Amino acid sequence: MTALSSENSLSVAARAAVEPGSLGIVVPQSHTFNEPLALACGRTLQEYTLVYETYGELNADKSNAVLICHALSGHHHAAGYHSADDPRPGWWDHYIGPGKPIDTDRFFVVSLNNLGGCNGSTGPASTNPASGRPWGPDFPLLRVRDWVHSQARLADLLGIEQWAAVVGGSLGGMQAMRWSLEYPERLRHCVVIASAMKLSAQNIAFNETARQAITSDPDFCGGRYLEQDRLPRRGLAVARMIGHITYLSDDGLGKKFGRELRSGTFELGVDEEVEFQVQSYLRHQGDKFSGSFDPNTYILMTRALDYFDLARRYGDDPVAAFAGARCKFLLVSFTSDWRFAPERSREIVDALMHANLPVSYAEIESPMGHDAFLLPNPRYERVFATYMNGVAAEFAREGK
Amino acid sequence: MRIDLDIIQNWIAPRTRVLDLGCGDGYLLELLGRHKQVSGYGLEIDPQQIERCLQRGVSVVEQNLDQGLGNFADHSFDTVVMTQALQTLRQPHLVVREMLRVGRECIITFPNFGQWKARWHLAFSGRMPVSDLLPYEWYDTPNIHFCTFRDFEVLCRENNWSILHRQVVSETRLGAALKDFVPNLFGETAIYHLTR
Repeated sequence: MTALSSENSLSVAARAAVEPGSLGIVVPQSHTFNEPLALACGRTLQEYTLVYETYGELNADKSNAVLICHALSGHHHAAGYHSADDPRPGWWDHYIGPGKPIDTDRFFVVSLNNLGGCNGSTGPASTNPASGRPWGPDFPLLRVRDWVHSQARLADLLGIEQWAAVVGGSLGGMQAMRWSLEYPERLRHCVVIASAMKLSAQNIAFNETARQAITSDPDFCGGRYLEQDRLPRRGLAVARMIGHITYLSDDGLGKKFGRELRSGTFELGVDEEVEFQVQSYLRHQGDKFSGSFDPNTYILMTRALDYFDLARRYGDDPVAAFAGARCKFLLVSFTSDWRFAPERSREIVDALMHANLPVSYAEIESPMGHDAFLLPNPRYERVFATYMNGVAAEFAREGK
Repeated sequence: MRIDLDIIQNWIAPRTRVLDLGCGDGYLLELLGRHKQVSGYGLEIDPQQIERCLQRGVSVVEQNLDQGLGNFADHSFDTVVMTQALQTLRQPHLVVREMLRVGRECIITFPNFGQWKARWHLAFSGRMPVSDLLPYEWYDTPNIHFCTFRDFEVLCRENNWSILHRQVVSETRLGAALKDFVPNLFGETAIYHLTR
């Protein structure tokens, strides 16, 4: 390490330590569960590991715990920094930390990497104990309910009988809703951000195109790329690029990049290739992602998204589905989000109102598309903070 | 407390289901929840008011009344309330019709444009009234459909809506003394309790 870079990392560490609202350095933990987990697909995982982080302190009667459910490419590292020279904080650092909407001075926050993930929890890249080789395509198909059941085991491990709130955006919101149906007594609040009761055909189409990009990469090898020491990086990069376009809005992309050029010129008579800023941005995002994410996990997560249908088992009646829920709900959507459009959130709100459950809903003005749920936005922050403040007031009032 | 909200409370039975259109800061719903175990939702579009509702722990849903109540089933609420919002709607009569579809009963309050002050202002200055109660200039106001008590009762009659109760409120002593005799001239706010 050169003198310059160590100076840089010191400044990052110093910033993390003094930056108001930052958790500073956080340390992941993991636990291997030996009790077999029966999955929705009919198969059973004999044992599995979940990696997770916790922020804040669990109070004496364990009533202040909040579960964070991550989205498609998320993981356990939701807030704080992993090391002094960590260039970026966790994926939801804007909203989790001391004094932030999910205030770690009041809540005990649990954030895990879901089963099937590739950031430390058991997934397709893990070793299959039966064969001694990576699971690869043999890893069981997972459903959102499987994640919820495994999260309940983690709650048991941590001694949390009932969550103060289960919170999630996008695919995470689906998990939060499923919690309210599978374990109605185990959560008091359900916060569902930029989510839906089921994907539209258009959404499934985007996911299928992304999966095709991965599986048609010659390095995919039928999903057994790890055994052959190969990696379908190009396919995964394209999948990520498709995703990225759909997570942003037309307007958002236009504002960010317009038709700005990164290199080349439109001048006639010059035989040089033109590169738009947006091309370079997408390639960078694709490359970055494909170097750190497991392609089989991407396929697994997008399938779980596609298969999720909150009310399927309830005669396709969302009111009947929510009839069993006991918690209060907060729903949030963003105006320019066309992948999980406000209409999808309103459908959830309508079903909850028909089921006579307490629900509040805010439609946040934002040009940032689906990504808005991760980004700073003053109104979103106020709505989120005000609601969570009420959640915290409940256990404070009960003298807990 | 606003007098109209006080009166409305008396017209709502305990443990019923209420939908409050344009619920503002959620005061009425909080009151009804606390004193009468009434459950329900407020609909609101103003972001600041929505946050105030959340502060009170009132269930508030962001929804624009001008886009109708199509997401609510027939008779899904005991009472649908709308206080001081009628005059801001693009098509007030359609919203009232919807209120009576969604609720068994509805309660509506609105400012009386037939009150003597407004008449006086228009008659003698020849300009649209601007007062403490209605502090907007005509070109920049959320109040786009003013009416008088008599106008509203004509609307009710034309639609065969029955008026269960009517109460007229005035904040001034003169108004309070005279409102019962000549409501359309001295009442500031009307509170109507309707059913179909």
